[in-house]
Amino acid sequence: MSDIVLEATDLVHHLGQGAGRVQALKGVSLSLKGGELVLLMGPSGSGKTTLLSILGCLMTPDAGTVKVGGQAVAALDAEALAKLRRERIGFIFQSYHLFPTLNAEDNVRLALDVRGEWARAAKLASREVLATVGLGHKRKSLPRELSGGEQQRVAIARAIVGKTQVILADEPTGALDTSNGQAIMTLLADIAKDPSRAVLVVTHDPRILPFASRVVHIEDGRIVREEAVGESMKKVSNA
Amino acid sequence: MSLQFRLASRNLFHDRLRFVATVIGIIFSIVLVTVQMGLYVGFRRMVTTMIDHSPAQLWIMPVGTKCFEDPSLLDERQRFRALAVPGVAEATPLVIGYAQWRLPQGTTTPVFVVGSELRGLGLHPWNVVEGRLDDLSVPGAVAIDQTYFERLGISGVEQTAELRDRKVQVMAVSKGIRSFTTTPYVFTDVERARTYTGTTPSKASYLLVRLAPDADLWKVQQALRDSLGNVEVLTAAEFRNRSRSFWLFGTGAGAALFAGALLGVIVGTVIVAQTLYSSTKDHLNEFATLRAIGSSSRYIYTVIIWQALLSAIVGFAGAAGIGKVVAAATAESALPVIMTPLLTVALFALTVTMCVGSAITAIVKVMRIDPAMVFSR
Ligand SMILES: Nc1ncnc2c1ncn2[C@@H]1O[C@H](COP(=O)(O)OP(=O)(O)O)[C@@H](O)[C@H]1O
Ligand SMILES: [Mg+2]
Repeated sequence: MSDIVLEATDLVHHLGQGAGRVQALKGVSLSLKGGELVLLMGPSGSGKTTLLSILGCLMTPDAGTVKVGGQAVAALDAEALAKLRRERIGFIFQSYHLFPTLNAEDNVRLALDVRGEWARAAKLASREVLATVGLGHKRKSLPRELSGGEQQRVAIARAIVGKTQVILADEPTGALDTSNGQAIMTLLADIAKDPSRAVLVVTHDPRILPFASRVVHIEDGRIVREEAVGESMKKVSNA
Repeated sequence: MSLQFRLASRNLFHDRLRFVATVIGIIFSIVLVTVQMGLYVGFRRMVTTMIDHSPAQLWIMPVGTKCFEDPSLLDERQRFRALAVPGVAEATPLVIGYAQWRLPQGTTTPVFVVGSELRGLGLHPWNVVEGRLDDLSVPGAVAIDQTYFERLGISGVEQTAELRDRKVQVMAVSKGIRSFTTTPYVFTDVERARTYTGTTPSKASYLLVRLAPDADLWKVQQALRDSLGNVEVLTAAEFRNRSRSFWLFGTGAGAALFAGALLGVIVGTVIVAQTLYSSTKDHLNEFATLRAIGSSSRYIYTVIIWQALLSAIVGFAGAAGIGKVVAAATAESALPVIMTPLLTVALFALTVTMCVGSAITAIVKVMRIDPAMVFSR
């Protein structure tokens, strides 16, 4: 059995202030094992993005613990958290967040550049990953010269070029048509075949189900169900 | 090469209008500083021209003399006491003062008369381009600078005018002896200078001292002080400093120049800070993405500081170009803007400091970024 690469226990988190303050997470525990592609599904406003932000060490929960590669992150300061992110976590955002003034290759290379990797090696690695996502011929294109699907593939290349243990994706296929969505999920599923790496994908898109090894359902800040794909549904007790 | 520099330059050039505004702001500010500081350097040089061009090693002057142009007088008998001091080879009187110059056509204009002994230690016109210095010994002979031909109603040697109702004849013409006060200098013999300026025959403005070859400057200076009593004895360097501090700081001229420069720096800082800040604000989403994918704060600051440095380099290049033109255009004026290599280096350092300092507000803005915003945008 593979090691746990990311583990969250009893997460509680509030968002907003005053009258607008809501409890977005009400005690969520979730772990990702190497070799898994986990889908996080749930209605809008159920706390998926909040959970992803906390798992990705972009937000500190009000209560509960997060461990990345066995290391508790609670004691880390902002700089140490940034270091942890660049070394261990790859992010894919629904709105891509590519740098409009950099070409595809430089956008990908950024993930290695923030680690201080050598430009030459980083360029080679970026080209190789762009070829993997099928954009080898577009490495000099600016984001505005690419289609939505191509932009998302550049964003995925940026998330995977660093060979991080964890990839977190927030609705990566949300803005894409079926064939582009399929292509991107295939890429992510391939990564999750590596027993040391795990992928967590937030989605409402049922077409993605076939790629998952496990599906976690979240509603109103609580995990309500978890099912292993291909196995019978198992109900999770929600205290 | 890291992508920080590329990000910085793209951020800058992405919004051309803002970049142009930044550069113009820097140019405006640094040209202002350049002119003020160039004037300062020019003024500093101009106020000591007369002292620089006298071979005197020591200057004997009335107590409290503030600058070369100071009208106070001392007793010429001091000269013989000075000559009795061991180590003094020569001590000669110098008489200065204002006088009215009457042009051939009858109008008058003030001039500044400088009279010294024509043979021996004195203060003689340099760069003589017409006539001869020796001809100043002819009765009524004076030397003037060609800069002031028109003002003095003269167009060459041997022409005549009147000084204090006495006929004078221009026997030598120099080139480039300008006064920062814009009052023309008229050089002549010491006796006639007394006549033209109305100075009592036993008085002089200064006694110029030349030392014997092996004499020690400081010892002779001290000996002169002890033996002469009620006068001041300054080395040429000390007199230069005193003249400078009077003109630059006693009059407030230096303070005004520095205030102008400071204003330039403030204007530049505000403009650069403002444009860098708004550029950073426009690219906040990108900086947040950088932070989300794990860049250190230092990585991000480096991008912003590169933006500041690039603006500084382009702005300084423009300002230095304009500064050169201003320096060339004023080179022949009474108060030239002088660009020395040291001043140029200092201005570049100032530009860089100003731009990088201006990055602080942008950096503070970036420090407050919440990287989690990348998921909600
Ligand atoms: N900045 C915020 N301030 C206040 N409430 C927020 C904020 N962001 C999200 N929320 C609320 O927190 C809950 C969880 O949000 P989110 O994690 O974005 O859900 P999801 O991604 O599942 O749609 C929702 O009720 C949402 O309205
Ligand atoms: Mg969401």
